[in-house]
Amino acid sequence: MDLQQQPQRILLPAKGSFIVLTIALALLFNLLPWRNTVGVPDLTAAVLAFWCIHQPRKVGIGVAWTLGLLLDVGNNALIGQHALGYSVLAFLALAVHRRIHWFPLWQQALHLLLLLLATQALTLVIRMVAGASFPGWTYFAGSFICAALWPALSFMLLLPQRQAEMKDENRPI
Amino acid sequence: MEYQPPPFFNRGPAPLVRLAFFVSVAILLMVLDARFRYAESVRQVVALAAYPLQRIAMAPFDLFHGVANYFSSTAALQEENAALKAKQLRAAPEMLRLAALQEENNQLRRLLEAQERLPGKSVFAEILYAGRDPFSRKVVIDKGSQNGLQAGQPVIDDVGVIGQVTRVYLLMSEVTLLSDKDQAIPLQVLRNGLRAVAYGGAEGGMLDLRFMAANADIRNGDTLVTSGIDGTYPPGLPVATVARIERDAAYAFARIYLTPTAGTDRYRQVLVLANEARSPPPAEAEQPLKKPSRIKRSRKRE
Repeated sequence: MDLQQQPQRILLPAKGSFIVLTIALALLFNLLPWRNTVGVPDLTAAVLAFWCIHQPRKVGIGVAWTLGLLLDVGNNALIGQHALGYSVLAFLALAVHRRIHWFPLWQQALHLLLLLLATQALTLVIRMVAGASFPGWTYFAGSFICAALWPALSFMLLLPQRQAEMKDENRPI
Repeated sequence: MEYQPPPFFNRGPAPLVRLAFFVSVAILLMVLDARFRYAESVRQVVALAAYPLQRIAMAPFDLFHGVANYFSSTAALQEENAALKAKQLRAAPEMLRLAALQEENNQLRRLLEAQERLPGKSVFAEILYAGRDPFSRKVVIDKGSQNGLQAGQPVIDDVGVIGQVTRVYLLMSEVTLLSDKDQAIPLQVLRNGLRAVAYGGAEGGMLDLRFMAANADIRNGDTLVTSGIDGTYPPGLPVATVARIERDAAYAFARIYLTPTAGTDRYRQVLVLANEARSPPPAEAEQPLKKPSRIKRSRKRE
C-alpha cells in the first residue's frame, strides 16, 4: 500500500502554550457577531478535534466540555448543549486518532466531516427535544465548510512542530 | 509478581468513562436549564468568565465603527443634523400635545381613582451582537443589572417593539426578539380595537396571529399595536402589520402572518422601557373590613 510508503515526519513535541493560543483564537472566532449567517464554520470544534487527534494526552473530553460550556453562555444557547456536543466530538476524535494519521489529508477531512455532522445532529436532536423548531438544512453547511478547511488547518497547526529541520543543517531529520 | 505499568503509561479513566461522566453532567445542566431554570447561577459565573473573550471578539467591530464615525464627513453630519432638526420640528407640536394629553389623562385617572401609571425610567442601550444560535432569535445589549435592568422589561426601537429582556447579566442583557418561537405578545388591531395574541416562530422572521376566527375583521395592511393587558408592554406601541391572511374553511381559525415593524438588523440603538410601576390597589384590600360597618350603618338608618 502506498499509504505506508509516504515518509513520516518526526515532529517536535507540541507546546502547551501554542495549544491554548489556538483554542483561544478559535473561541474568539466563534464569538464574533455572526448574526445567524449561514454556513459559518465551527472553528472551535475543528481545532478541538485536531488537538484531540494529535495530542490526545493533553486535550481530551474535559477540555471539550469546558469549551462547550463557554460557548453555551457566549451564544446564549441552552446550557450544556455545546458541552455535550463537544464531549462527544472529543470522544469520537480520540477513538479515531490512531487510525486517521494513515490517511492523506483529504480523507482525514472526510473523517472530520462525519464527526462534525454527528455532533451537529446530536445538538439538533437535543434542541428539538427541548422545544426548538427545525432551523433548516443550511444548518449543516458549516460542517462541510469546516471539513474543507481541514487540510489548511492541520498544516497551519502543525507548523511550529515542523521547525526543527530549518534550524540545524547537519541534523538528518 | 504483579506488573504495574510505568506511570507514564497511566492515562486515567477510560475515554468511555470520561465521556459518560461529562455527558451526564451536561444533560443534568440542560434539564435544569430548560425545565427548571436552576442553571442561572452557573450561567452567571460562566458569563463573567466569557465576558473578556466576548469583548475582545467585539473589539474589531467597535474599532471599525469608531473609525467609520471619525471619518464620516462633516457634510454628512450636517445633512443628518438638518434632517433631524426638521423631524424634531415636525414632531414638536405632537410632543407638546402629548404632554398636555398625558397630564389630562393623569387627571382623569385620578378622578376615576384608577391606577395611575407612573412613568418609569427607561434605559438607552446598544445591541452588541446576536448570539450564534440558529434555534432561537436573541440579541445581547450592552446594559445589565448594573444599570438597573430586570428580566421582563420591554425593548423598543424608534419604530416599534423589538422584544423583551429575558436574562440579565452584570454588564449585558439578553433580549428575546418577537420572532423567537417562545415569545408571545398581546396585540390590538389599531383600526377596530380587536384583541389578539401574536406568537413568534413563523418562517422568515414573521409573527403568527393565532386563534383568530376565520371571519375576524382583519385586513391586509392593518397595523397592530400592543394592547397592554399583559401589564408588561405599555399599550399603544406599534408592533406589526398584517402581511398575509389565509382563510381556509377547513379550519376554525384563520392563519394570519404579521411583519414586525421594528427591525433589529437596521439599527443598533434600542430603548429598554421600565416595567410599569403600579401603586398597590388599596380599595379592594380594605373592602372586606368596611363592608360590615356599611351594613350596620344602613341598618341603623333603616
